[in-house]
Amino acid sequence: MSSNIVLKASELNKSFSGIVAAKDINVSINQGEIIGIIGANGAGKTVFVNMITGYLKPTSGKIEFMGSDITGIEPRKATHIGLCRSFQISQVFMTMTVKQNLMIAMSLAKKSGKTLLDPIEDESISKECDTILKLYKILDQKDNIVSTLSQGIRKLLDIAMAVVGNPKVILLDEPTSGVSVEEKFGIMDIVIAALKQTETSVLFVEHDMEIVERYVDRVIAFYQGEIICDAPPKKALSDKKVIEYVLGH
Amino acid sequence: MFTGIFKDTSVRVLIVFMISLCVISSFILPDWMQNNFMYGLSRGLAILGLMLLWRTNLVSFGHALYYGFGAYAVALCQKYFGITDILLRFTIAVVAAGLLGFCLGFILRKYREIFFAMLSLAFSMVLYGLLAKAEFLGSTDGMSISPSTLFGLELTRQYLFFLITFFVICAAVSIQAYLRSTLGHLTTAIQDNEIRVEFLGFSVQKAIHIKYVISACLAGGAGGLMAASLGQVDPDSMVNWNVSGELVFITIMSGWGNILAPFIGAIIFEFIRTYAFEWAPQAWAAIVGGTLLAIIFFFPGGIWSIIEKVFNYGKKKDVK
Repeated sequence: MSSNIVLKASELNKSFSGIVAAKDINVSINQGEIIGIIGANGAGKTVFVNMITGYLKPTSGKIEFMGSDITGIEPRKATHIGLCRSFQISQVFMTMTVKQNLMIAMSLAKKSGKTLLDPIEDESISKECDTILKLYKILDQKDNIVSTLSQGIRKLLDIAMAVVGNPKVILLDEPTSGVSVEEKFGIMDIVIAALKQTETSVLFVEHDMEIVERYVDRVIAFYQGEIICDAPPKKALSDKKVIEYVLGH
Repeated sequence: MFTGIFKDTSVRVLIVFMISLCVISSFILPDWMQNNFMYGLSRGLAILGLMLLWRTNLVSFGHALYYGFGAYAVALCQKYFGITDILLRFTIAVVAAGLLGFCLGFILRKYREIFFAMLSLAFSMVLYGLLAKAEFLGSTDGMSISPSTLFGLELTRQYLFFLITFFVICAAVSIQAYLRSTLGHLTTAIQDNEIRVEFLGFSVQKAIHIKYVISACLAGGAGGLMAASLGQVDPDSMVNWNVSGELVFITIMSGWGNILAPFIGAIIFEFIRTYAFEWAPQAWAAIVGGTLLAIIFFFPGGIWSIIEKVFNYGKKKDVK
């Protein structure tokens, strides 16, 4: 089982001027696993995600990715080794079309050095982009300017841009926030189906328990910077601590 | 990088425009107009560089630093090494400004908005101060530059104009090739969303640095060509803050929609200034300023947006 571990965080700690934001966090993520991270506001979920993706450097502890120590790695280096993320507020290029957004993401994932000076309009990259847009069911929107599109489509594009480099692990920060109730399951169905095809491990922060229950293999619950529960969804959502500190019942 | 570049409409229009300009100004228009075209095209290179930065939301109020540095590099190479060949002069100006841009880029790439603008102005004023005090560089009187040669043969004004047009075409085509590339597309992407670019695995600071060096090279080349066509360099007409202001002024006036825009804008600016000075010597600056205000109010996209509207109007009529 241990050979399947793609990401491992050991004894992670983070404090800001004496305020503890993460305390002794130990997590292992297996290949293809889908994990939901839950917790009230300020529980330490985003701090954990930010430490994993290099946005924040842990005060102490170790992060290993595919067996290599990546503690404190820069975000763009994390992307290069296959650790990508999407954002709570979609981070896309608003003045460009959907296809242009993905073409840039794809080109940066596929090219390096001198080839970055080759024209972006490449037939093979264009075809690959169309395939991904089709997978995420936004192919019909490819020529539309992003700022004119709904939050749901922007979210899908944001995630599609994060996966073009075939990451081993993707961190999704509240993938359904700002999305209408009617759209949320549709979006998650598309995203999870697409990521399962590539056996990408998924770690997503979510407040919506319906989404958590329906899509994840494992739940990690945070409270005051600590992990209070790490279990399959049914067990986790009926855990006393989770009910008291996360669900607020 | 240059794959299929000559199929690009912008490149084709640019080449046709430049060749037409050469033919018309050589055989039809008077000499003074050719001078205006020559100055406009030379300065247009610096505007092209500013346009690149503007696409990333960066406005440099100190680009006269590179413009003047290129011009003084030409003057110094003549003084100490006797270099008068126009190809060498242009290359030296581009390389010297590029090297300076490369060094200062490490500092400037960390700043945005007004901080970037003012820091670049500060650097240019440091150079201005040094040049104005340095007696071996002619102090405020500057230095004179002898006529350019090409492979040992002295160039007439007309041939100099043809060569300047050639340099401008080469530079503009290279910039278009850059803008079509993945790296070039990051110009607008960074303006839109720096965080996303970083998380796509590319360093925003590196992308800005590359763009800044290209922009410095263009401004240096412009300064070198201007020095060669004017036959004189001095701190006030090459490095002072008002020169930087003029470059930004023309950039806003030109718009950033196309590689041809900076050259059209720079040529129009030369003519507005010439005629304004002729008709109202006491109030020429007010006329030039009024023109910019009119463009900002009525055509915020600059002169290029007027051209685009005219052509799109034509297309819409065809469809009907």
